[in-house]
Amino acid sequence: MRLIVPLQSVVQGRGGLIFGSLIPCALFYFLQLYLKRHRSHNPQSSPPSPTLSSPKLAELTRTSSRSNLFSRGSNGQVRISSRAISIAKPNDSPYYIGLEKASEDPFDRFGNPDGVIQLGLSENRLCFDLIEKWILENLKDSMMGSDDGDLNINGIATYQPFDGTLELKLAMAGFMSHIMGGAVSFEPSQMVLTAGATPAIETLCFCLADQGNAFLVPTPYYPGFDRDVKFRTGVELIPVHCRSTDNFTLSITALDQAFNQTRKHGTKIRGILLSNPANPVGNLLSREMLHAILDFAREKNIHIISDEIFAGSIYGDEEFVSMAEVLDSEGFDKDRVHIVYGLSKDLSLPGFRVGVIYSFNENVLAAARKLTRFSSVSAPTQRILVSMLSDTRFIEEYIKTTKRRVRNMYDLFVAGLKKLNIRCADSSAGLYCWADMSKLISSYSEKGELELWDKLLNVGKINVTPGSACHCIEPGWFRCCFTTIVEEDIPVVMERIQKAVKSTTILSNSS
Amino acid sequence: MAIEIEKPSVGLSKVAVSETHGEDSPYFAGWKAYDENPYNESSNPSGVIQMGLAENQVSFDLLEKYLEEHSEASSWGKGAPGFRENALFQDYHGLKSFRQAMANFMEQIRGGRARFDPDRIVLTAGATAANELLTFILADPGDALLVPTPYYPGFDRDLRWRTGVKIVPIHCDSSNNFQVTPEAMEAAYRCAESMNLKVRGILITNPSNPLGATIQRTVLEQILDFATNKNIHLVSDEIYSGSTFSSSEFISIAEVLETRGYKDSERVHIVYSLSKDLGLPGFRVGTIYSYNDKVVTTARRMSSFTLISSQTQHLLACMLSNKEFSENYIKTNRERLTRRYDMIINGLKTAGIECLKGNAGLFCWMNLSPLLEEPTRESELALWKVILNEVRLNISPGSSCHCSEPGWFRVCFANMSEQTLEVALKRIHKLMEQRRRRN
Repeated sequence: MRLIVPLQSVVQGRGGLIFGSLIPCALFYFLQLYLKRHRSHNPQSSPPSPTLSSPKLAELTRTSSRSNLFSRGSNGQVRISSRAISIAKPNDSPYYIGLEKASEDPFDRFGNPDGVIQLGLSENRLCFDLIEKWILENLKDSMMGSDDGDLNINGIATYQPFDGTLELKLAMAGFMSHIMGGAVSFEPSQMVLTAGATPAIETLCFCLADQGNAFLVPTPYYPGFDRDVKFRTGVELIPVHCRSTDNFTLSITALDQAFNQTRKHGTKIRGILLSNPANPVGNLLSREMLHAILDFAREKNIHIISDEIFAGSIYGDEEFVSMAEVLDSEGFDKDRVHIVYGLSKDLSLPGFRVGVIYSFNENVLAAARKLTRFSSVSAPTQRILVSMLSDTRFIEEYIKTTKRRVRNMYDLFVAGLKKLNIRCADSSAGLYCWADMSKLISSYSEKGELELWDKLLNVGKINVTPGSACHCIEPGWFRCCFTTIVEEDIPVVMERIQKAVKSTTILSNSS
Repeated sequence: MAIEIEKPSVGLSKVAVSETHGEDSPYFAGWKAYDENPYNESSNPSGVIQMGLAENQVSFDLLEKYLEEHSEASSWGKGAPGFRENALFQDYHGLKSFRQAMANFMEQIRGGRARFDPDRIVLTAGATAANELLTFILADPGDALLVPTPYYPGFDRDLRWRTGVKIVPIHCDSSNNFQVTPEAMEAAYRCAESMNLKVRGILITNPSNPLGATIQRTVLEQILDFATNKNIHLVSDEIYSGSTFSSSEFISIAEVLETRGYKDSERVHIVYSLSKDLGLPGFRVGTIYSYNDKVVTTARRMSSFTLISSQTQHLLACMLSNKEFSENYIKTNRERLTRRYDMIINGLKTAGIECLKGNAGLFCWMNLSPLLEEPTRESELALWKVILNEVRLNISPGSSCHCSEPGWFRVCFANMSEQTLEVALKRIHKLMEQRRRRN
């Protein structure tokens, strides 16, 4: 059918010729359609085998030949949905490719010193010892209930409210308030718990926007948003570009421009998706900026989703202000604000799958509550967390220690980069720094940036996230997470950066 | 402060305001009545007895015993070296040990008559999510799935709400014990075509909810042939496969595929969960088992929205890979469910009520059509209201399951103690006596 296009373009503009050319074009089209349909009906002569053209499909390991018999499936001829087709395509984002490479060949100072150092996953591994200790000392009682030693599985086995137990909501409300410096208190009745922040974002998108609508999102942004927002909802993300000249701070002018442009193209904007603290830059939205965004949203009558998942990972001196705090002082029109939170970053428990939707809109809460049946927090996990979060002494110690350790790593890491003449954006939160390597790329373009990314990954053996994966409009920026390594690894990282930068070969397997 | 001018409030999406969640139907209204006045043997003996919730509470003691004797399952072993990996583990492939344990458990349930490859298992937070996920993958908005009636009321929400996919019912009736027939499937397909809907798959529940009966092998073969003929998918929700009263009567679609040498298997997908068989709905554990590589890959990626807590995976991996535990559990659970089933069937029989012959599940399919004023849906709902408000039993009316014959009700028996079941049966006896006296 692609043959049709050049023919049509030839005849365009020549009215008389159109009809003379349309008929053969149409015939050609139908001929192709006929051929295509009949081609797909040819029975396959040999048993179907899984196609290995996509690297992702190669994940499926077949360990024994016996298993081949019963596990022999195939792509077959039966159709999957258009949604699925685009999701099934091999992951070509450097964000995911890097993560995979790092997990296949993980660095270990003793066991695998030549492995890939993971700096592309924003996880906090600095304070596990504290959590481990707590778990060892408290698990049995907290998991099974301590009714005089009688095990009480009944309480966690049966159906729980899909949006989370009241106990956990209370505990989360207290924790969130604590994390945010006690400046705002959270109501359990306005909380909906989900299996991680990922479904929290998706659920909100389902509630606030229809297929074909869009959210404005400041760049650079967390690569996962492209999946969380777009995969199944059919909602679009419209980037609002931020620049290094303002330290990548959002400007209302840019928001306004993006809003008007999008509207001109006929797409309806339903809201703004913010990350505060920002990921990947690590800066905070000031109180004034929050007010300004709120005014903008009011003026356009749109929603605000404020993803505050890094609210407890503040290492700088700047004060974190939650959107909830600003609303408190405003006193009205809270219906458009929804906050997302989770325990994956601040409490280092991404595996436990605990996320929060916090909203001031009763209708959104009602809908979100019903949708949590598709992504609820597992009951035994809820129980452990209620115990842990209610242990205020532990939580206080944990928050204090995390802050200190993250700050320490940040200082050392940024200093290390500075020695290499790599400066970082001003940041005071998150588990990463936003490094400017634009002077090290061969051409000031996305291509140049990806070449450097490739060298860093395949020669330097460090996985960092390139700015293009975060939709950054300026090439050469990289997000480096420093909380997945230890102090001793920092010099190693710096050495490897140098090694990669110095190397001049461009590897043939770069994608 | 200036007076705020009334502005139009900020809008919500169509999904958010739609009624497709179905929570205004009688199926859920009965639950509300129960919530407001729940039966309790000592404190509220005249309250509403919940017989509309398909939950398995008959084998908790077995789970508790296991956990008591195996503390390593709920902890992470001495010194907790595994804890770190576990707490960080958010890989959508899921813990290999857990997938292996699930595959083995599924094989055990089928008496070893089918094999499952752990690498074809995709984990989801519950079968609800598994069904929705499959629908996203197999059909586009506006497409249709064929589902035999009567079916689980939750499908209206799980398969349709966010996906935008439609359900076209395959009508079954009591003339042949509500079994699916090729004619009924054809009729449904034609009906979909006449509405300009593209049929993408057929979804069966085996053992059936609400019928409480397994699907016969010949019927499974017919369904598979139909799907192959139309080149559509076949989803087999086998969530009650471990709750059959005898191990030999349940035939899984996996067994049918095995007999056929897995020819054309890429259209078949099985849904399973631990919510019914293991009585652990609070744990949120579901799986998709697909014979189609693309579906496995896509489902895995999509499962990011519905991952199972790694802690739960670890705990269950330990428990389910303990052969002694799992074998004993499956056997004992079956025996207890059979006992309950016999108890309720006999109790209903002495009250003069017939049920569909069942052999699985946590409920029975009761025929109250002789009690209807008229053979209509309205009459059925009127009777349902009487049973809810006067007899104070919450049972599920067939109309909420889209049953085309009025008068059938699903009655759950495994979510209560035997004493409570006795009380419920007494109340039913009383109702029937009153009716007889009236006549």
